[in-house]
Amino acid sequence: MEALYALCVGVLTTCGIFLTLRGRTFPVVMGITLLSYAVNLFLFSSGRLSLNGAAILGISTHYADPLPQALVLTAIVIGFAMTAFVVILAMRARADLGDDHVDGSAPPEKNGGRS
Amino acid sequence: MQHLAILPILVPMLVGILQLLPPLQSNIFRQRVSSLLAVLALLAVATLLLVTSTSATQVYSLGGWTPPFGIVLVADRLSSMMVLLTTVLGFGALLYACAGEDNTGMYFHPLFLFQLTGINGAFLTGDIFNLFVFFEILLIASYALLIHGGGKQKTQASVHYVTLNLVGSAMFLFALGILYGTLGTLNMADMAQRVTLLHPQEAVLAQTGALLLLLVFGLKSAMLPLHFWLPRTYASASAPVAALFAIMTKVGVYSIYRVHGVIFGEGAGLLADVALPWLWPLAILTLIIGTIGVLASPTLRTLTANLVLVSVGTLLLTLVVGGAGLGAGLYYMLHTTLVTGALFLLADLIGKQRGKAEDRFVPSRPITQGGVLGALFFIAAMAVVGLPPLSGFVGKVLILQASNGSAGMLWVWSLILLSGLAALVAVSRAGTTLFWKVSGDPGDSPLATRLQLAAVVWLLLASPLLVIFGGPAAEFTEAAAAQMQLAYPTVKEMMNAVNQP
Repeated sequence: MEALYALCVGVLTTCGIFLTLRGRTFPVVMGITLLSYAVNLFLFSSGRLSLNGAAILGISTHYADPLPQALVLTAIVIGFAMTAFVVILAMRARADLGDDHVDGSAPPEKNGGRS
Repeated sequence: MQHLAILPILVPMLVGILQLLPPLQSNIFRQRVSSLLAVLALLAVATLLLVTSTSATQVYSLGGWTPPFGIVLVADRLSSMMVLLTTVLGFGALLYACAGEDNTGMYFHPLFLFQLTGINGAFLTGDIFNLFVFFEILLIASYALLIHGGGKQKTQASVHYVTLNLVGSAMFLFALGILYGTLGTLNMADMAQRVTLLHPQEAVLAQTGALLLLLVFGLKSAMLPLHFWLPRTYASASAPVAALFAIMTKVGVYSIYRVHGVIFGEGAGLLADVALPWLWPLAILTLIIGTIGVLASPTLRTLTANLVLVSVGTLLLTLVVGGAGLGAGLYYMLHTTLVTGALFLLADLIGKQRGKAEDRFVPSRPITQGGVLGALFFIAAMAVVGLPPLSGFVGKVLILQASNGSAGMLWVWSLILLSGLAALVAVSRAGTTLFWKVSGDPGDSPLATRLQLAAVVWLLLASPLLVIFGGPAAEFTEAAAAQMQLAYPTVKEMMNAVNQP
């Protein structure tokens, strides 16, 4: 399970970082979203992974660390708020600048105009 | 009195929420009055907190949960000093905004107060996850404030600023996850103790976490490779917002002090001074790049933004010097935050009276209120460059004295003196261009109102006051630095302090 979990976090982070380095706002927003998913999964695992463990002490002998769950909850809420803000900002930038490039306008075309 | 430590967070938050409700929401006059009253109340609270913190460190456990499991606020000398600094700066920026700048968009006042909430919270918290939460509060308020008033330039600067900070927040959470996984706690005092007991195998992981945190705080404080966003963001923000932002880089520096100076400081066992080999070159490079930026700035605002960068470099350098350098650095931090704040406000006033030339360094028509603004600019320039008799001079002398005999003495002396010289050249060139290279008649540009001038004077007054009361101020910052390094309350002390009624 650990290997699969680590692989998921790794792939999400890689894709997230790749997308945030792109030139247009939509991939960047997608990248930030993926990165925040990866972060949430990672935080969740910081209290060690366990199956069927209740996050409340005293219910059973086998329990999971409750703190990472609280942390993830906070991080998710904040992450959603920030993503919502960046989506609105991207739309406003598109309207204000007339272009969806993060620099306001695409750089002069080189190697086939890919950005 | 028992609840004093949480008031700097609660007062602006509650007033900010009230301002979103009908009786205050649509009336700008009521918003102004309520904001000013809130910040005045904050001034009183912060002063009281400073006075009480000199006798005993206040520990406030939220919800009565005992540390290290509950979240605590810790108001020791350093954090209460930073809260007071924020409030003084905030009051100046708010006065300036009340002269009309707050009317260019919606919800300036609530956002301003929420930002104060976030900054105060970041200074007071004793829990590293809570530090993240307050960072996000101050950041989301700053995103909205930055774009306040609208315009192409602001939108574009915001896109960069927001994206960078969101990635920074993700890194922050990664670091927190690693540190929680290895140390098993998020309370800063508890972390400082547990880090000494770390298993060698886990030390590498914890080191990764510590360095990731350095990356995050470096981004916030505009440390070298992560400084690109700063000049543009600060130069495009409206004046009161830019002035308030002068404290934002200091939040990053403060966090580096707390985390890398205390938790991963000298006494951290396997991870002692883990960030130090990185901080040396980065501090030096930040100073150099900031100085070059100061010399190359085309406008007064960019110049001021680059001066912020220079101050960050200087502050990081004091952290590396350590010992007495920290106290000197804190004194310098008080001075530089307020004076650069005042310079941002002045740049706006000057720019408004120069017609199309704005604050660019090109010959233009004379400034309508050349006398007043010129005098204020002269004082601000002297203070920020570090000429005697103002506080910049005292701050720099203290830093130079503290570095005497330390390993990096050569670097510190040469860099601080050279950057001072470069700043002197840059601001005198700026001053002569702005005030003397003029032709034609002054146009009918808007005059600076009394309120705006009062705001600038309020911030600039700090500089002579810091000299007149230089002895007590320097003693206080010295004590604050010593307390931070040696006597940050341990968990046991925190629990004792909490259990007392």
